[in-house]
Amino acid sequence: LCFLVFCFDYFRMWSEHLRPCVTMAYRGRVPLVLLACGSFNPITNQHMRLFELARDHMHQTGHYEVIGGIVSPVSDKYGKKGLVSATHRVAMTHLALRTSDWIRADSWESEQPQWITTVTTLRQHYNRLLNWHQSQVSLNDMSKVKKHNNKFPAARNRIDTPELKLLCGADFLETFKIPHLWREDHLEEIVSKFGLVCVSRGERDSGRFIHESDTLTRYKNNIFLVREWIQNEISSTEIRRAIQRGQSVKYLLPDSVIEYIKEHNLYTLENEQKYAD
Amino acid sequence: MEQNEGRTPVVLLACGSFNPITNMHLRMFELARDYLHETGNYKVVKGIISPVGDGYKKKGLIEAQHRVAMATLAVEGSDWVEVDPWESEQTEWVETAKVLRHHHEELLTVGQHKDEVDRAKVVKKRKRNTSQRDTSMQQIRCSSRDVPQLKLLCGADVLESFGVPNLWKQEDIAEIVGEFGVVCVTRAGSDAESFVYQSDLLWEHRRHIHIVKEWITNEISATKIRRALRRGQSVRYLVPRPVGEYIQSHALYSPQSEEKNASVVLAPLQRYTKD
Repeated sequence: LCFLVFCFDYFRMWSEHLRPCVTMAYRGRVPLVLLACGSFNPITNQHMRLFELARDHMHQTGHYEVIGGIVSPVSDKYGKKGLVSATHRVAMTHLALRTSDWIRADSWESEQPQWITTVTTLRQHYNRLLNWHQSQVSLNDMSKVKKHNNKFPAARNRIDTPELKLLCGADFLETFKIPHLWREDHLEEIVSKFGLVCVSRGERDSGRFIHESDTLTRYKNNIFLVREWIQNEISSTEIRRAIQRGQSVKYLLPDSVIEYIKEHNLYTLENEQKYAD
Repeated sequence: MEQNEGRTPVVLLACGSFNPITNMHLRMFELARDYLHETGNYKVVKGIISPVGDGYKKKGLIEAQHRVAMATLAVEGSDWVEVDPWESEQTEWVETAKVLRHHHEELLTVGQHKDEVDRAKVVKKRKRNTSQRDTSMQQIRCSSRDVPQLKLLCGADVLESFGVPNLWKQEDIAEIVGEFGVVCVTRAGSDAESFVYQSDLLWEHRRHIHIVKEWITNEISATKIRRALRRGQSVRYLVPRPVGEYIQSHALYSPQSEEKNASVVLAPLQRYTKD
């Protein structure tokens, strides 16, 4: 039952979120949702920039209409050095995205009792997206039936099946190079079933990681490279370092997140030592 | 507050086009303040943003009224940085040295007022205890030390531009670095020190030039922001949200606005090439 209630909430949220896009019928384009996975420890302006850059790029292809963005913080079980509890990371992500009208935080991944692979998170969100899409299609059909008395079933405005793509920044791309970190079959599933949108600082770095992998090369049509011209290296590591040293991080992340960090006394020296071993 | 005792109060003044103001400009203030505080010698009491007037004639420079409005929106969230429209309101372009002088005088006026209050206190004290008469004059002089130092806050590009012919008057550079002082925020990789080394004038005043390293690189130049806006790309999270909204609602920064002053010579070049 819990799950059903959760699903209902999810549909309602998406429906409210996406209503204007649906009425536009996506301008004849493929509806697309972008999913970003990572620690978000804490979320910075740079993370949100990735979404803005990716959306601009995907719109410029002329094939996609970006209908939403999801930020999915990893669970505590990931065991990364200095990772503060998921409750805090999710709360900060919610605060940071309060002013965005298309990106939102999702706590499903962070609430899993075990660390789960990125491909599992993608599958989960894709299934939800498909269910939501089905409900939209049947709603659409019902209204058409009313309007046209089902005389012109062929004239139905078809809503394309949405796609879900993994959004990654430069640091995420780096992880593809680490041997044995990614299972080859997972990588293949990500690029074949979903797709990647990679934001990088230079054509060279991003082109190289595709070139160095047979799997990525095979599906390179499903990998979108976005060049970040206005460079901006606000990594969470640098943010934590500055906070520990008592330096200002204003204008690098939203004021609301800075206030939350202060209020909860996060990213202190003791915190950074957590999981150090 | 005890740790601030004996520290020299400083006011940071940033001059520039602010066309439009970006998060990078705001970061400069934060970095400079952290740096000066970490020296243990200074206490930064205020930051001033002074957008240049329309008379500067820079290519693509939109009306000062808009640039001041955007800067004012941008500092809404700051409790120590403010915008001063004086420079932007002058019909002719004003040299940076003159802008510094103007703000220095403003600080002195405020300081003098404080001095008067102090003097009144001293006079009261003197009435009570005539033996303190000798020290009273000294006390008055001491209190003028409370007038904050004014320093120019800039990026490495300004330091570099000191070497561009006809852009700056040599005596102005001497006054800026000699009388006031400069806090220069530079990317960790760039070599601002070499600009100081290459100029005899800057080298002479090197003790008044503070070079602040920016480790978290940030290339949010106003030129790039205008370019993105002309191309219909998002500038979210690069400029403060109210600034982005202002740009949108006033439809600023189009290919047409970029052509402003396109065939006009920059005011300082006009002025100094003549002599």
